[in-house]
Amino acid sequence: MGYTLNFAVIWANLDKLLSGLALGLGLALGAVAMGTVIGLIGGFASVGPSKLGRRIAGAYVTVIRNLPILVIVLLAYFALPEYGIRLDKVQSFVASLAIYAGAYLTEVFRAGLVSVPKGVVEAGRAIGLTRFQISLYVVMPIMLRNALPALGSTFISLFKDTSIAAAIAIPELTFQARKINVESFRVVETWIVASGLYIATCLVIAAGLRSLERRFPKF
Amino acid sequence: MELHVRPLLQIQTLHKRFHDVEVLKGVNLEVREREVVSIIGSSGSGKTTLLRCVNLLEEFDSGQILLDGESIGYRIGGDRRRRLSDRALSRQRSMTGMVFQSFNLFPHLTAAGNIMLGLRKVRRLPKDEARSIAEKWLGRVGLSQRADHYPSQLSGGQQQRVAIARALAMNPKLVLLDEITSALDPELVQEVLLTVKSLAEEGSTLLIVTHEMRFARDVSHRVVFMEQGQIAEQGPPAEIFGNPKSPRLAEFLRSARS
Amino acid sequence: METFFSELWIARDALMEGFVRTIEASVVSILIGTALGLLIGIVLVYGPLVVRLLCRAYVDVMRGTPVLVLILASFYIPSVVGLHLSAFQAGLLALILFCGAHIGEIVRGALQSIPPGQTEAARSIGLTFPQILTYVLLPQALRSILPTWINTGAELVKASTLLSVIGVGELLLKTQEIVGRNFMTLDFYLFAGLLYLLVNLGIEQAGKALERRVAVR
Repeated sequence: MGYTLNFAVIWANLDKLLSGLALGLGLALGAVAMGTVIGLIGGFASVGPSKLGRRIAGAYVTVIRNLPILVIVLLAYFALPEYGIRLDKVQSFVASLAIYAGAYLTEVFRAGLVSVPKGVVEAGRAIGLTRFQISLYVVMPIMLRNALPALGSTFISLFKDTSIAAAIAIPELTFQARKINVESFRVVETWIVASGLYIATCLVIAAGLRSLERRFPKF
Repeated sequence: MELHVRPLLQIQTLHKRFHDVEVLKGVNLEVREREVVSIIGSSGSGKTTLLRCVNLLEEFDSGQILLDGESIGYRIGGDRRRRLSDRALSRQRSMTGMVFQSFNLFPHLTAAGNIMLGLRKVRRLPKDEARSIAEKWLGRVGLSQRADHYPSQLSGGQQQRVAIARALAMNPKLVLLDEITSALDPELVQEVLLTVKSLAEEGSTLLIVTHEMRFARDVSHRVVFMEQGQIAEQGPPAEIFGNPKSPRLAEFLRSARS
Repeated sequence: METFFSELWIARDALMEGFVRTIEASVVSILIGTALGLLIGIVLVYGPLVVRLLCRAYVDVMRGTPVLVLILASFYIPSVVGLHLSAFQAGLLALILFCGAHIGEIVRGALQSIPPGQTEAARSIGLTFPQILTYVLLPQALRSILPTWINTGAELVKASTLLSVIGVGELLLKTQEIVGRNFMTLDFYLFAGLLYLLVNLGIEQAGKALERRVAVR
């Protein structure tokens, strides 16, 4: 053993860790925003009238959910430029994470849509709303509220997945931690603090989500 | 009917509280071998808690319970009492059988499997012997054909009969029946009560908590009326139902009838 | 397409080796992780307070930390405290600890959702606590966690790709090395992706078959 803890180097580099954390949160927010759009399209398609739409949504979910996210990230970053699609690291990572999140959110929204009672759709029709209006003004708000907890936990797990951006040298928290680890050899301290920052952030997000859920009571 | 004189179960000044509510306030009750005793009373009177104390599913605060002369649940040395070890409690619990309101059959085991579990693991009988005892008891409760059915494939009445067979197969000295028909659809109550009645006629010692006044009257040698954690009145069924002494009991019987 | 197949033929041994490593890492971590998780789950419900709190802390730390951070930590930390693990062993350690925490939480939930009447009925026929756990509670809990457990298996196969970051020669690292030689980036990443997809779909199908077999009749 003979290892004594000394956090001085870590505190000196705290700004790097915190900026890495902020970058990770940014990546997660970007991915969840784009993923929500994909997920809404996928979710409506998977309960929609078009058989082809249901098939495509189903295949998308099955394929993406069974692929390791690192494979998607590497594919997007290294392979797409060969086909003339040039994205920088951050763009390609956010796009990869969004496609990944989209599959999970498709499932989340599909479940949310299924949970909307049939009666309110009929009531919408009865007052003369069009199909699109019913989806937008009646079904969506109910579905989004019902899906809120699952949406929140997807966001938390996406935030943790942003650590994978370190694999393509995006300077988020894990990347910064590894750098400090290699440069300072304060190995134990580095990972305690890095892990602690992830856990604390997850707890804060979870607390925020709980208060959001309280503000919008369940229907 | 000839009754043995020695009491099989002796409950002496039993006290039990849940937090600051005293649910049993010094209960004294004796049950002799081959005797059938029914406990009646309104909900909250403590009758189910009493039964659970006898089966050691609840701890109690003072007093003692003797089963066949053996102190149950606690070792009393001087003025200290200590809860017995898990192993000792298990052995004492196997001396009594309990049938629950909600059957509590093990859903992952067949009817025969439910009965065999205790025979194999507590009595340590070999498999085929346990199986033949299970089949014998399933026959006694009229379910020979259902030995290899899972609980989910049985009706409520059938499940409760399996639960009765499970309790009886352990050959307990005393069988405790806790509102065993309360969770059943009305049309299934009779088959279960008939099963219990036949057990009573064959000489099992039964302590019954029930809401079925008619059944209590038909099957019991003695009926006990509990009120607010105490035994308010007891006697032969004809006395209790025909000539209640306390106004409380009279009132309870009136409301139970309506 | 033809060049792809000829390159694939050239790379077959490396790919096979990587694939075997991936399966090995996944199988070992799910097996040991499940055993650990069962223990953790039981302690979380029935353990004495201090042990229970320790297990709760372990589970929460593992669940709040990204798997990659766990892998890097278990790659770097053991050597400074005098424990020498190979990259593969370090990676396995991280996956096992991660898996154990997840399974532990799942087992806890399953045990707590068994109605108390089951324990009471088992007690009343005289079973001791270890017997109740073995013959009454765990069989029911294991059955109810089966779908989640199978899903955890697929998650571990996916998480095993992260071992490439610490230089474990599993399928994804081998693929990266091959791509570095022949520059057929898209083809070989897609091929690797296809293999992961097939393995996980296989797990899913096997899981469904298993669920049908043990379904409560």
